[in-house]
Amino acid sequence: MSTKSTERPTATQPFSVIGKRNRKVEGRRKVTGQLLYTDDIVLPRMLHAKILRSPHPHARIRGIDASRALALPGVHAVVTGRDFPVPYGIIPWTRDEYPLALDKALYVGDGVAAVAADDERTAADALRLIEVEYEILPPVLTVEDALAHPENQVNPFAKVGNVSKHVHLSFGDVEGGLGGADVTVKDTWFYAGSTHAPIEPHCAIGDFGPEGLLTLYSSTQVPHYLHRELARVLEIPMDRIRVIQPGVGGAFGGKSEPFDLEFAVARLSQKTGRPVKILYTREEVFYSHRGRHPMRLAYEIGATREGKLRAVRAKIHIDGGAYSSFGLVTTYYSGQLLCAPYRMPAYEFDSTRVFTNKPACGPKRGHGSVQPRFAFECALDVLAEKLELDPIELRRRNLLGEDTRTVNEMRVTSNGFPQCLDAVERASEWKKKFRGLPYGHGVGVAGSTYISGTNYPIYPNDMPQSGCQIKVDRSGRVTVFSGVSDIGQGCDSTLAYIVAEELGVELEAIRVVAGDTDLAPVDLGAYSSRITFMAGNAALEAARKLKRQVREAQAAVWDVAPDRIELAGGFALVPGDPERVVPVAKAFQAAEARFGTLGSTGSYNTPGQAVHGEYRGGTIGASPAYSFTAHVAEVEVDEETGLVTVKKIWVAHDCGRALNPTLVEGQMEGSAYMGYAEALFEEQDFQLNGLHRGPSLLDYRLPTSLDMPDMDSLIIESVDREGPYGAKEAGEGPLHPSVPAIANAIHDAVGARVTDLPFYPGRVRAAIAARRASGRAWKGRS
Amino acid sequence: MLPLPRFRFETPRHLSDALATLASGNRGTAADHGDVAARRGPLLPMAGGTDLLPNLKHDLFAPEAIVDLTRLGEARLRGVRDEKDGLHLGALTPLSEAAGDALLGAYYPALARGYSLVASPQIRNMGTVGGNLCLDTRCTYYNQTAFWRESLGYCLKREGTRCHVVPGGTRCVAASSSDGATLLTALGAEAHIESADGDRWVAVEKFFVGEGRRNLHLEAHELVTEVRLPRPAAGLTMGYEKLRPRNAIDFPILSVAVALERDPSGACKSLRLVVAALGSKPRLVAGLDGVIGKPLDEEAMKRIGEAAYKQCHPLTNITVDPDWRHEMVPVYVRRALRAATSSHGKETR
Repeated sequence: MSTKSTERPTATQPFSVIGKRNRKVEGRRKVTGQLLYTDDIVLPRMLHAKILRSPHPHARIRGIDASRALALPGVHAVVTGRDFPVPYGIIPWTRDEYPLALDKALYVGDGVAAVAADDERTAADALRLIEVEYEILPPVLTVEDALAHPENQVNPFAKVGNVSKHVHLSFGDVEGGLGGADVTVKDTWFYAGSTHAPIEPHCAIGDFGPEGLLTLYSSTQVPHYLHRELARVLEIPMDRIRVIQPGVGGAFGGKSEPFDLEFAVARLSQKTGRPVKILYTREEVFYSHRGRHPMRLAYEIGATREGKLRAVRAKIHIDGGAYSSFGLVTTYYSGQLLCAPYRMPAYEFDSTRVFTNKPACGPKRGHGSVQPRFAFECALDVLAEKLELDPIELRRRNLLGEDTRTVNEMRVTSNGFPQCLDAVERASEWKKKFRGLPYGHGVGVAGSTYISGTNYPIYPNDMPQSGCQIKVDRSGRVTVFSGVSDIGQGCDSTLAYIVAEELGVELEAIRVVAGDTDLAPVDLGAYSSRITFMAGNAALEAARKLKRQVREAQAAVWDVAPDRIELAGGFALVPGDPERVVPVAKAFQAAEARFGTLGSTGSYNTPGQAVHGEYRGGTIGASPAYSFTAHVAEVEVDEETGLVTVKKIWVAHDCGRALNPTLVEGQMEGSAYMGYAEALFEEQDFQLNGLHRGPSLLDYRLPTSLDMPDMDSLIIESVDREGPYGAKEAGEGPLHPSVPAIANAIHDAVGARVTDLPFYPGRVRAAIAARRASGRAWKGRS
Repeated sequence: MLPLPRFRFETPRHLSDALATLASGNRGTAADHGDVAARRGPLLPMAGGTDLLPNLKHDLFAPEAIVDLTRLGEARLRGVRDEKDGLHLGALTPLSEAAGDALLGAYYPALARGYSLVASPQIRNMGTVGGNLCLDTRCTYYNQTAFWRESLGYCLKREGTRCHVVPGGTRCVAASSSDGATLLTALGAEAHIESADGDRWVAVEKFFVGEGRRNLHLEAHELVTEVRLPRPAAGLTMGYEKLRPRNAIDFPILSVAVALERDPSGACKSLRLVVAALGSKPRLVAGLDGVIGKPLDEEAMKRIGEAAYKQCHPLTNITVDPDWRHEMVPVYVRRALRAATSSHGKETR
């Protein structure tokens, strides 16, 4: 017997793959530069295209003359808005943009025309030869301006003036709760816009074959939604379109809807009969944006003198940019996702998203809920200070608990938030450090929750959210066909772990075929932290069907009961019986002989109406399970300069169960990093009359490895009863407490509250000066 | 991605060939006329290319040809040499090599440290001492793509007539952002300038002009071939402080270099204080004679900081809040002075 026999799992080990620090399936390809990204793909006879963009923030297009561009040698075709008369939008109720501007350009960078040429240089030269006659319109650049001047309408699809979406929801007796409170906190915060800045710029190739089949390669995170919108806008049946998603070099929500380049390469390929590629410049990535919405957030919180929340009221203004994108959802999320992990007897929010002549905002990691979480967790810190309570203790006095409902009627199942608080408190030595560090040094805490996928798909339908097919053959190889789109976070790996766990094969025997609409069943995509929970459950169902067949077949061979047979570590075996062990491929052969060619399907759909309230908007923010996070940040503030150095962040995250702790930690660190970056560095600045001030990685400052604080990732496993092996999300939740934990730590360090992001040193200095001017000493300092 | 413009690529093997090529195309280019592309002439010399290539992609220049200097064979163009008249740095010495050079580190630790703080490891491996000294000035309204500049309305440095930093301004105020230039000015270095017509040595302090379109006294057909530093005087200490948003990649948003000579009693014999990344040339702070002959205590440092504060006026040519950067001038001057006076400025590495 091979040496592997000694590694055979015993019945006492619950899992052989799940919970282990296995390799990421594509990891070695990535680090050796061999993974194929869209831009690596070069097709024979391929043309290169570029998009002409509006230099004006708001302008009517009077006419476009492309004749000089078309006359340039090497130019093959030009398309304009006239080639795409059908509007699109990721949310079916707000289809308010065209692939290329039809009548109006709505922001600096809005696509107006596209040119396909022999190479990028020629295409770029041709862009300068296209003459666009613009009628300049007054731009609307602020929320205030947008609301004050409804007659100056940005987006012609808006129903009323410049309002993109307005939501007002109220639960419980907010007026009475605030009125009868012993202590209240009332203040306003500002969260600046930021963008995803993935390393890989958006890239797409359109290839219209002679049989009328469009193959579209794209660095998207939603192949299925892209597939649907391509069909609608290009007026080609879905069954004639194949969407392929090659390796994606980061997305973070920034590739979760269709973009101009995908429509442009498709139409240009249709016109020229040749494959056409567009790779965005870095500048275009900044203009395409769809990142974090700037929000002005006013909160009013009332509590008892014991520190029990009585009521919370929020008024939120959201700067949406020129188009809706996911804005309808963002507007709901800005209020709906605040009702955990703390018990609130009464809650009300009033959120308004407006259109402005700037690149559209959309979903960035922690969509819609990172901004209110910042304001609210800062408000809790103020409340704790007023009550002279430790801020962790204040949070403990308001725990929501598990298997319960929030005030807005969302069903919450597993909830490891108390353990998250315990973990960060202990690991950070909170009790010693809070108010105990010298002046200039401080710690801050914050908590949060996030969804494990949305309960409802973007377009209403009763079909599964995730589908999976598995093929097993006599070689022992297992092929998993899934519509999931790995955007770097490891969803291909997660499916492999689940199937390997169930079928007992080694990870190397599994192939995951994903991101190809011709080959794999539908999955809605890698957004809203849904993959592990939903695609994982679909894969689990498909794998368990096969496992039953394999055990039944092998049971007949051995003449034992099927449930005595284990599949693990590359073997089929009866635990404790050294005579009954065979390589798992043998068992597959037995199954193939008994049942014919082996294959199975699995799917997952959400629990439906059971998990949310029956009111308008009650469906948005509903999820089958919620993750929970707590952070403690430790900072040092240089009083002379106002520069903030984050020394360390402790992150505790309840992910239900870590299918691979290394991948979960990667998501925790990446999330905390992204939040830290938004706290101190990043800002989408359009103050130059709507022009992005620095659309480059030099001027838009992502922290480098030398700027990174230490991090300690603490995994909490609450084991959710509906998640695969109990798993919940880990990709977005751990971002939420980053910013408020840092803000609260700055307060502990120097006694000053920073309310506007980013915490630029000038702002921190001003806050310290204001504290001094008020005559309030801090830690013995004037 | 952004394509490069089309140009010819010249690859001379000897300095004389490179200078002859530059003379044939660039001699007679008016350094004080037109925008930056006109002032540079039709041929652009390129060493590491770390600044030139992004600028070419941004259509800031439209050269007929790039004259590649990386293949020049002369030994004196590379490395650090200790000679009778001082320390010589070849203009083609990579910044990473200069940063790690033992001799340079022993004589001028602040300069070695300054080179070690430029951009990132990859850029320091490509970028050179000469290219760093001749770095094109930078401005938030200039270092942008053609599309961006068209959207805003071009500026007087390139393709336009307006200054977006100083409304109505007729001089370009793009910022000198070279770490090396700041330090070499403070340390009293000289640059060796050669052309097909001859050569000369120029004090780095006199090498710069306060005009952002072309801030060098360097004809379009001339090259900087070497930098020479005097042997450090006894009692010389130094300090360098670089303020930047991130700990890598970023150009300085304020930089301060100090060269201080003290006698054995600790009294100040001479002080050269340079503040840069503000205007178009490194600024040698004037009016510091009052500190000569006295010990450099905290009170003196405070007064020097105040003098620098009065002489330096940060602008919006760099995106980071100019008011805050102004407040940081005395803070960073004091820090550089403290570095120069602690352990004789030797630990600044």
